Amino acid sequence: MAEMVKKANVLGRVRGGGVNVRDYGLLGALVVIVMFFQFMTHGKLLYSGNVNNLIMQNAYVVILAVGMVMVIIAGHIDLSVGSLVAMIGAIVALAIKDWGMPWPLAIVIALLAGALVGIWQGFWVAYVGIPAFIVTLAGMLLFRGLAIIFLTGGTIGGLPEGFVAVGARWMPAWLGHFADGRDVLTILIGLIAIAGMVVAQMRARGKLKARGLPRTPLALFIFKNAAIGAIIFYFAYLLSGYRGTPYILIVLSVLVVAYTFVLNRTVFGRHIYAMGGNRFAAVMSGVKTKKVDFYIFVNIGVLAALAGIVSTARAAGAVSSAGTFYELDAIAAVFIGGAAVQGGVGRISGTVTGALIMGVLNQGLSIMGVDSAWQQVIKGLVLLLAVAFDVTNRRRAGDR
Amino acid sequence: MAGCNPPGHRTPKSQGEWELKDNDVILRMTDITKSFGGVNALTDVSLSVNRGQVHGIVGENGAGKSTLMNVLSGVWPHGSFEGTIEFDGKTADYRSINDSERDGIVIIHQELALSPHLSIAENIFLGNERASHGIIDWNETNEDARVLLERVGLMEAPTTPIIQLGVGKQQLVEIAKAFSKEVKLLILDEPTAALNDEDSAHLLGLISGLRDHGITCIIISHKLAEIRAISDTITVLRDGKTVETFSMKDKDNSESRMIRSMVGRSLDNLYPPRTPKIGDEVLRVENWNVYHPVDTQRKVVDDASFTVRAGEIVGMAGLMGAGRTELAMSLFGRRYGTKISGRVFKNGDEVSTRTVNDAIDNGIAYITEDRKRFGLNLIGTVAANISGAGLSSLSKWGVIDLHDEAAEAERLRTALNIKTDTVVKLVGKLSGGNQQKVLLAKWLHTLPDVLLLDEPTRGVDVGAKYEIYGLINELAGEGKAMVVISSELSELLGICDRIYTISEGRITGQRDRKDATQENLMELMTLGGK
Ligand SMILES: Nc1ncnc2c1ncn2[C@@H]1O[C@H](COP(=O)(O)OP(=O)(O)OP(=O)(O)O)[C@@H](O)[C@H]1O
Ligand SMILES: [Mg+2]
Repeated sequence: MAEMVKKANVLGRVRGGGVNVRDYGLLGALVVIVMFFQFMTHGKLLYSGNVNNLIMQNAYVVILAVGMVMVIIAGHIDLSVGSLVAMIGAIVALAIKDWGMPWPLAIVIALLAGALVGIWQGFWVAYVGIPAFIVTLAGMLLFRGLAIIFLTGGTIGGLPEGFVAVGARWMPAWLGHFADGRDVLTILIGLIAIAGMVVAQMRARGKLKARGLPRTPLALFIFKNAAIGAIIFYFAYLLSGYRGTPYILIVLSVLVVAYTFVLNRTVFGRHIYAMGGNRFAAVMSGVKTKKVDFYIFVNIGVLAALAGIVSTARAAGAVSSAGTFYELDAIAAVFIGGAAVQGGVGRISGTVTGALIMGVLNQGLSIMGVDSAWQQVIKGLVLLLAVAFDVTNRRRAGDR
Repeated sequence: MAGCNPPGHRTPKSQGEWELKDNDVILRMTDITKSFGGVNALTDVSLSVNRGQVHGIVGENGAGKSTLMNVLSGVWPHGSFEGTIEFDGKTADYRSINDSERDGIVIIHQELALSPHLSIAENIFLGNERASHGIIDWNETNEDARVLLERVGLMEAPTTPIIQLGVGKQQLVEIAKAFSKEVKLLILDEPTAALNDEDSAHLLGLISGLRDHGITCIIISHKLAEIRAISDTITVLRDGKTVETFSMKDKDNSESRMIRSMVGRSLDNLYPPRTPKIGDEVLRVENWNVYHPVDTQRKVVDDASFTVRAGEIVGMAGLMGAGRTELAMSLFGRRYGTKISGRVFKNGDEVSTRTVNDAIDNGIAYITEDRKRFGLNLIGTVAANISGAGLSSLSKWGVIDLHDEAAEAERLRTALNIKTDTVVKLVGKLSGGNQQKVLLAKWLHTLPDVLLLDEPTRGVDVGAKYEIYGLINELAGEGKAMVVISSELSELLGICDRIYTISEGRITGQRDRKDATQENLMELMTLGGK
């Protein structure tokens, strides 16, 4: 029996859909931190409005971290994303206000600009062979400078409502409200998400059965789905009590699902892990390492542009100082999420949890009214402790 | 030089030394049990080693030999295993390698661990620098290193960066490094795996010499002949348990006794029988020239031409540095050298092997001799490593079918008898021999027609060697063209249909199996290239 459980776990992990012990640990840490702040803020942390803010305020971290984790798995780093957020903000604002473009077109232009920046940095890293640290350090200065130049030192505000919605508005209450004022649509979306998860899990289970491969015991399967389902539902319930589902939440969900798929299921994703684990061996196996490096940077360029659009929308304007230290938030989320500095290791699920941990810290400390200087001190320590915990844990895992 | 002095214990060095030594136990490990995630790697293993002796440890891949030594040397700290260790009259509870080194235990790991960009001398004295007040005395460093290198018989300047040395020479540097410390007990985990016969003999001579300095030595090896030749006492492990310990003074100290204890049954032949079915020419290489990647004036492969036919097993014999690996790696996607010229024909048509993908697409596989550096992703799973060079057959539109992948990994695991509890174990956690099998599985998965096998049985136990030879035979039987590079002439003589000899980058001759002998091959291998 114990043997069976082990085998099933193992296959869960082969499929990439499963959650491993480390992820449980991280999730546990998140829960503890949430409960801590819930207690310290006398329950304010999980007020509907605060949960909503948590998402809107930290959307950029998740977007950047998803790109960053791929960069880091491949053994690189990207320091330029914060500056890029500012530059893209400038571009999108200029496109709308000065060039008179409709905002959807401006968004497309901004994403293309991000891709172009990615091509630029990817070229230097992949084909010229300059370490990413240097290339993106240069980019950090370059894009910040360009942002200031584009905005001629000032700010551009007054962006149209449709654009602002991307970062700071909610889906309309198409389905009306419940008697207690909760948004029906949000609850429905929550239920759809739960159903989608259950269906996907059941199909995977069915496939295992069809091939005669061992499966998770039914009880455990049900428990796992019920637990995650309950969390999703509670979350939807909280959101429905405020203004409903933020548009940005939909964007984030799509990104997380898509990139989990890319990393776990595609040849491209596999090549990233292979390169990070042993670049020489990857080359000797026919992995086109330069091409993969290149696309990793194009990818994070586009994602950074998206983060730029989202934060500009949320701020309803562009400032040249936007995005300061965003790269560090993203990198911290990735490492708290269990990626290895040497590359080869890292997951989207961990990274998102890492981003949430940082987000809850921000939120909780702000509600408690902790001074922002102290907030930084605390966040720094948390990053250090999280990674230290991980490192020692991993060392011990070898010998038990 | 401090490290070479006999340690200051009170072993009588005069007459009657042997009798006394036999009773003088320097190391006693009792009931060692060590598990990894619920799987026992060692169960109640006991080992006692007499002072001043050479103690051999043999056992199949994954038997727990390296783990036992890691327990001893503090790699796995005190408390992470059960049982007791007594060293030199004291209870040893080492928490790290440093602790055990302080007591005079030095371990040279199976997987070498030198810093590639530092010089030989810097590596030798790493962590033990020749310095006063934190300032390194480079003259002393290099001079001491030179003396040590002389002792191990390595003719390289102490300032040479490690990266420029092959695995064999790196091994000698590791041993020189061990000599630089106050060593009482030297542990060598498969030290000769990467060495050719000549260098092995040299190294074994060195180890015998240690005895005279009163240094005790534990040596792990899959080369049973050398274990017999050098050891005073031999311990056999199987499946994490001690099977037996016997003295070489025993009446039956034969290789077959060792094999029987190791695998639990006797093995009549070292090489499985085979009737070659040789077909048409599959691979022909013409006038292949390769220059050194840094020293671009130096020719490393000089006008090499050779052919391999379907179903044929062709050997490449040569001394260390003869250019065999360089030949294979330059053929395989030009992964070695510059200014490469020459032509490659497959089934009569000229093909390109300009990139690794070209080579793979043309059905060529190169199984590297250096699995840690060029072969495996040690922090990847067994399954991901096996599929690593052939994801296209397991994917559609760039999406991998993970079930197919798991099934394929499982298939090859069974076929090659890879010892791991699951295919999602990280390869780095497998024993050395099983890592080698994963590497082989990885390339078998690409369904090649031509296999360039570079030292395919390095670090593989006798039983598994037999399995790998069987596999090579089987693949040849399927009509594949096999090229085997090996430093063990006996191995080449045992499995090949034809053997080319290479010396200084030139193919100096070829012999059919029936005409080949150790002697005439050796003669061709040492022939001046030019
Ligand atoms: N860090 C680890 N984590 C998990 N399992 C391990 C680890 N190290 C070793 N093992 C397991 O312990 C067993 C013994 O391994 P060990 O390396 O000691 O074998 P060995 O006798 O040295 O084999 P070889 O001759 O192939 O080097 C193997 O099954 C291996 O997979
Ligand atoms: Mg070993």
